[in-house]
Amino acid sequence: MAAAGEELTISGYIVHHLTNLTYGKLPAGFERHAVDGGTEVVPEGGIWTIAHGGAEASAMGFNAIHVDSMLWSVGLGLVFCFLFRSVAKKAESGVPSGMVNLFEMIVEFVDSTVKDTFHGHNKLIAPLALTIFVWVFMMNFMDIIPVDLIPHTLELLGVPYQKVVPSTDPNITMGMALGIFILMLYYSIKVKGFGFVKELTMNPFNHFMFIPVNLFMEVVGLLAKPFSLGLRLFGNMYAGEMIFILIAALFSAGIAWMVPAGMLQIGWAIFHILVITLQAFIFMVLTIVYLSMAHEDH
Amino acid sequence: MPELIYVAAAIMMGLGGLGAAIGVGLLGGKLIEGSARQPELAPKLQVTFFLGAGLVDAIPIIGVGIAMYLIFVVAG
Repeated sequence: MAAAGEELTISGYIVHHLTNLTYGKLPAGFERHAVDGGTEVVPEGGIWTIAHGGAEASAMGFNAIHVDSMLWSVGLGLVFCFLFRSVAKKAESGVPSGMVNLFEMIVEFVDSTVKDTFHGHNKLIAPLALTIFVWVFMMNFMDIIPVDLIPHTLELLGVPYQKVVPSTDPNITMGMALGIFILMLYYSIKVKGFGFVKELTMNPFNHFMFIPVNLFMEVVGLLAKPFSLGLRLFGNMYAGEMIFILIAALFSAGIAWMVPAGMLQIGWAIFHILVITLQAFIFMVLTIVYLSMAHEDH
Repeated sequence: MPELIYVAAAIMMGLGGLGAAIGVGLLGGKLIEGSARQPELAPKLQVTFFLGAGLVDAIPIIGVGIAMYLIFVVAG
């Protein structure tokens, strides 16, 4: 659905689907365009409100938060915690059944991956890897839910925008990558101590003349890791969501397009199940690999 | 010149797909080679293969997403 009062076009439909529900502070003097065509100027001191459209969201600048991304991601994180807690309480030494079996498989899979790739001593890595895998998978899984179902239902209830897949929001993925980057720095300094500085300055050319060159190359390499980690997940999910939205827009093209659109939808959804699992797995493995590199003392 | 956006999108998808096709082709070929030489390693290699394929796959998929955005939102 396009924003109320606007004509429904394909680009309007897509833009509407790709707009987050933003809560933030509008600066003083900003002109708000109401639905009925009137204009309202924001008074002195600005107001805290929900943005109606991308122009208002960008006028908010730094003083804004994506309410939908935050709620969905934190909510899914809580679902993960409660699910695993309730299943862990039911676990016993006998033959597992149903949910317990599935969750044991996930835990064992993550555990074996961590054992294969991480060779240091750290109790944090395996729980971290499990959390990342399941949480990213659940956030990506929101992509499989029909694109109009939740946003349109909420729009009927008065919520103007809703983007239900948190991992299509770069703030979420880059935030996770930033958290991993901080862990990387923390463990590098903790495990290697001064060796971390040496690694940044004396590698690959082991001569004091090359310190600036080495430092530049190593810092770029270090910063590229969290950047590519966050951007890869975001890009994959954003592109997948984009294609789902386009297929959904195809349904509006008439009766003749219904059948091919439906087949496209099913095909892309099946392919996307592979993609979301793979991306969650890659995010987890790269986290383990990066943290393992932080633990390797030369 | 909004027509150029379509050309840009086409180049984006085409070159991204070309690169990924070469990459996944090499990966798959080496996987078969490796598992023919040491069949007992096949499951382990397959996991690594999927990891590599996922890494290679990311760029063209992102390219397709940006290209679709260009065609349907920027140009449309």
